[in-house]
Amino acid sequence: MIYLELFLTFFQIGLFTFGGGYAMLPLIQEEVAAKGWLTMDQIVNFVAVSESTPGPFAINMSTYVGIEVGGVFGAVCATLGVVLPSFIVILIVARIYEAFRKNRIVAGCMQGLKPAVVGLIGASVISMGQTVFFSAGLSFAAINWFWFIVSAIILAGMLVLVFKKVHPILIVVISAALGIAAGLLEPLLTATT
Amino acid sequence: MTKTNWKNVWALFLIFSKIGAFTFGGGLAMIPLIQREVVEKHHWITDDDILEIVAISESTPGPIAINSATFIGYRVAGFWGSFAATTGAVLPSFIIISLISLVLSAFEQNVYVQYAFRGIRAGVIAMVFKALWTMAKKCPKHWWSYGIAALAFVLSAFVDVHILIIIASCAVLGLVASLVQERRAKK
Repeated sequence: MIYLELFLTFFQIGLFTFGGGYAMLPLIQEEVAAKGWLTMDQIVNFVAVSESTPGPFAINMSTYVGIEVGGVFGAVCATLGVVLPSFIVILIVARIYEAFRKNRIVAGCMQGLKPAVVGLIGASVISMGQTVFFSAGLSFAAINWFWFIVSAIILAGMLVLVFKKVHPILIVVISAALGIAAGLLEPLLTATT
Repeated sequence: MTKTNWKNVWALFLIFSKIGAFTFGGGLAMIPLIQREVVEKHHWITDDDILEIVAISESTPGPIAINSATFIGYRVAGFWGSFAATTGAVLPSFIIISLISLVLSAFEQNVYVQYAFRGIRAGVIAMVFKALWTMAKKCPKHWWSYGIAALAFVLSAFVDVHILIIIASCAVLGLVASLVQERRAKK
């Protein structure tokens, strides 16, 4: 039953995401890529789509995966799944929130969760890097050197722009333009070598 | 809160769907807009409440946008308030992404779109790295905090441990570390 599976998978993702946004990325990779719902390439592509459209990353992602796997009803199930844990937990916390805020156990767990999320997203960056730079696998013979160098240049350039607080949409547009330019140049440059 | 104020419920739905439709990047990007609408325009809650809501949203699971919509909705108009605010925050994304998925699958095979996405994928790593940087700066500055981050990184990147196990054990480690630290401080 694909709808139930979508609901439960995203319920689990919603329940274990702390810190919002990209904190969800490692879980998406593990669950969604492992189930074969999206490829790693598609996930990375969609991060860019989500940056260029309004709304929370979590909702964008669950809607997209849901619709790709199970149509509009699949999207409803996945989105409901990702929202429901927050909704329930916050309704409970809203009633007891003085006690919740001062609770030492909650505060203590957060001290571990914050660095854990950083470590996990770090691992995500590594695996995203693998799909970008070694899309044909990790063997050096299979690397497309042209795209390897193009990707390295784009990554380095965008890192500079990102830290200069350039808007994400502009980053996406510039990267896309450079990608198209490189694609058009590829036959010219690789023919001469 | 004994009786539901349906006028506020409807207003919550409208406000949060507007916020959902116009914030890029989600989560914390929403907070200034929420503040303008809910504090300055409607005087439903105060600036201090906003800070508390952000703190609570960050220490509960789930997207910050949904957490804060649910929390504010509940404070303003009870259960139906939280329902309306959350639905409002979700709906614009849901509709926009549904439409985009149609466009994406129509153009996925186009060679220029493929080139564009090859470039974009490299750019995305830069954006995620920036998010990582911002989150790293908000971590507790202790040796055990760095240790937990390193442990989570190694277990996830090089050892095939399930992420949920990593998250749960890091929470326990953080709890133990902070309790030990508290006890030391008392001595």
